[in-house]
Parts: sequence; structure tokens; C-alpha cells
Amino acid sequence: MELGNGLALLGAGLGAGLFALGAGIGIGSIGKGAMDGIARQPESAGKIQGAALVMAGLVEGAALFAFLICILIWTK
Amino acid sequence: MKLARLLIISLLVALAAVAFAREGHKVQHGDAVAQKTVEHADGKHEEGLGTTLVHILEHHLVDSQHMELFGMDIHLPHFEIAGYEFALTKHRVWWLIALMLMGLLVWSAARQKTAVPTGFRNMLESMILFVRNEVVRPNLHDKTDTFMPYFMTLFTGILFSNLLGLLPWGSSATGNVNVTAGLALCTLSLMVGMGVKENGLGGFLHHFAPPGVPGWLMPLMIIIEIVSFLIRPFALTIRLFANMLAGHAVLAVLLGLIVSVVFAPPAILVAVGVFMLEIIVALIQSYIFIMLTATFMGLTMHPSH
Repeated sequence: MELGNGLALLGAGLGAGLFALGAGIGIGSIGKGAMDGIARQPESAGKIQGAALVMAGLVEGAALFAFLICILIWTK
Repeated sequence: MKLARLLIISLLVALAAVAFAREGHKVQHGDAVAQKTVEHADGKHEEGLGTTLVHILEHHLVDSQHMELFGMDIHLPHFEIAGYEFALTKHRVWWLIALMLMGLLVWSAARQKTAVPTGFRNMLESMILFVRNEVVRPNLHDKTDTFMPYFMTLFTGILFSNLLGLLPWGSSATGNVNVTAGLALCTLSLMVGMGVKENGLGGFLHHFAPPGVPGWLMPLMIIIEIVSFLIRPFALTIRLFANMLAGHAVLAVLLGLIVSVVFAPPAILVAVGVFMLEIIVALIQSYIFIMLTATFMGLTMHPSH
């Protein structure tokens, strides 16, 4: 395997790690917000859970942009 | 009842695993042959696992004219009409199946004449009420009933397409960037069309030049507004496509970790977990798609500032 190819794969791997980091931080803070909300108002737990899932989906969507680039580099 | 449901789910997962495993076996075999020929040719060969995974991913995610069903390899027909090529491809077939299932479901529910809904109609009515009251009405206000058919078609179509990709030998058409781009183009044309219809062409264009901005900043602001307008459907495209692609890719990679029997139990356990997550993702992504479509349409139809 050539050096250039190896560096490309290294970049893809680093990118994958970084997007997992970003998505983790994002989803973590959503989870924190949802848990806080449920602790304060247990009666509206259902609504908060639904909204939190949707926001997690949005964060995941942003993270998957990065995933796509990583896959593009990997399969090139 | 619960036990039966669990059994069905585990059966489906096992079938999916078997389908993947068969795939992997076949590709590995093919690779071995290819490697041998390469070895004979110039005396060196590439690393096995990575290229095998790439092959599996390509085979599962890329549209092709071959469709595998119950172990058979079906070559889909393609024909030419007046110089244009019409070909049935895997994703087209699965998209048609999704739409047919959707039609069948709604038709069977709408046939009920009783006042009290039973069976499927219960589920469908709760879905429609949710979409109307939680998604469309807060954004479109008095235009809700006009656009309900569009939003329900979008929602159920994307949902069925997402879920069909989880069946053994299935493939989600929404995992193809062209399909999601088409859906997002519908959203874009609705955004522009309804914006112009509600506010007039002047009012719609005025939206791109926010008031209260100093003159020297105006050209830059207009460019930024146009870009942010056009990037919304683009983000819709990539979000749905990447979510569907990523789920299948993660499943393939996890099952690709099985290089010997020892690795099989943990890998399959994690794969089952990811599979469950994929079911949720299929629901959430179709919901997010229609929610964002409704939000963007509402933003161009009723600009509040």
C-alpha cells in the first residue's frame, strides 16, 4: 500500500473518530436537557422524549454528512 | 402475543444475518478467485477483509439491474423507447413495492364503512391525526387540509421504503441519493411555489433582502440568504440518504467482523441492537423529513419578519 493511500485512510479514520465525538457531545447535551426536563416535570415525559428523539435525529443527520465523506475516502 | 412478536422479529433478524452471511461467503469466494488470478499475474495480492467489505457495501447499497430474491439472481428488464432507455433497477422495484404497500394499506383502511375504526384503520387514523395536528397545522395553518394528502404520501412512502430495506434481500430506495434528491426537489418547488402564491413574486423576493441592514452589507446578506434558502433542501437530501446508507453500512461492517466462529456471538448481538436502532431511525427520519418540509414551507409562506 502506498504512502498516499495510507494517509488517505488515516484521514478517513480520524474523520470518523471526530464525527463520532461531535455527535456524542451533541446527543449527550440533548440527553442532559431531556433528563433535566423530565426530572422537573415528570408528567410531560412523553412529549420531552419525542422531541429529544427528533433532535437526536437532526444531530445524527449532521454527523452523517461527515460519515459520507469518510466512506467516500475509504472506497476511493 | 408478545412472545409471537419477539419470535417474528428474531426470525427476521436471523434471516437478514443469513442473507448477509451468504453474501459475504459468495464475495469472499469471488475474491479468493480474483486474488489467485492476481497472484498468478504479478505475484502479490491485496489485503482481504477491507476489500471484501467494500464489495459487500457496493453490492448492497449501489443501485443495479440485478435483484436478489430468496437466493435467486433476477436480471431486471430494460428496454428502449424512442431512443430513451427505460430500465427497471433494484431501487426502482423496491420504491414501487413501497408505494404499492402504502396504497394497499390506505385502501384497505378506507374501505371500512363502520363509524368505529378497527384494525389497521386505528393505526392509520392516529398517524394521520398526529401528522395533521403536530406537524402540518402549526406550520401551514389554514392551508393544512390542502396539503395533508401530500404530507401523508411523503410520510408513508418514505417510512415504507425505509422499513423495506430492513427485510432480508430488501433494499431501501431512500438509501439512493437520487430518490431523496427528487423528494427534496418537490419540497423546494413547494417552498418557492407557495411562497410566490401567498406573498406575490415581490413579497417572496423581498424575503431575501432583510430590512434594517446597512446598504454596504446588502449584497452579502442577499447572497447569504439565497444560499441558506437553497441549502435546506440539500440538507434534506443528504440527511435521509446518509441515515439509510449509514445503517446498512454499520450492519455490514459489524457482520463483516466475523472472521471466525468465535467472533460470531458478540458481533451478531451488537448487530441485532443496531438493527433495532434502525427501526427507530426509519420512523424518525420519515418524521423529520415531513416536519422539516412543513417548517420550510411555513417559513416561506408566512415570513414573520
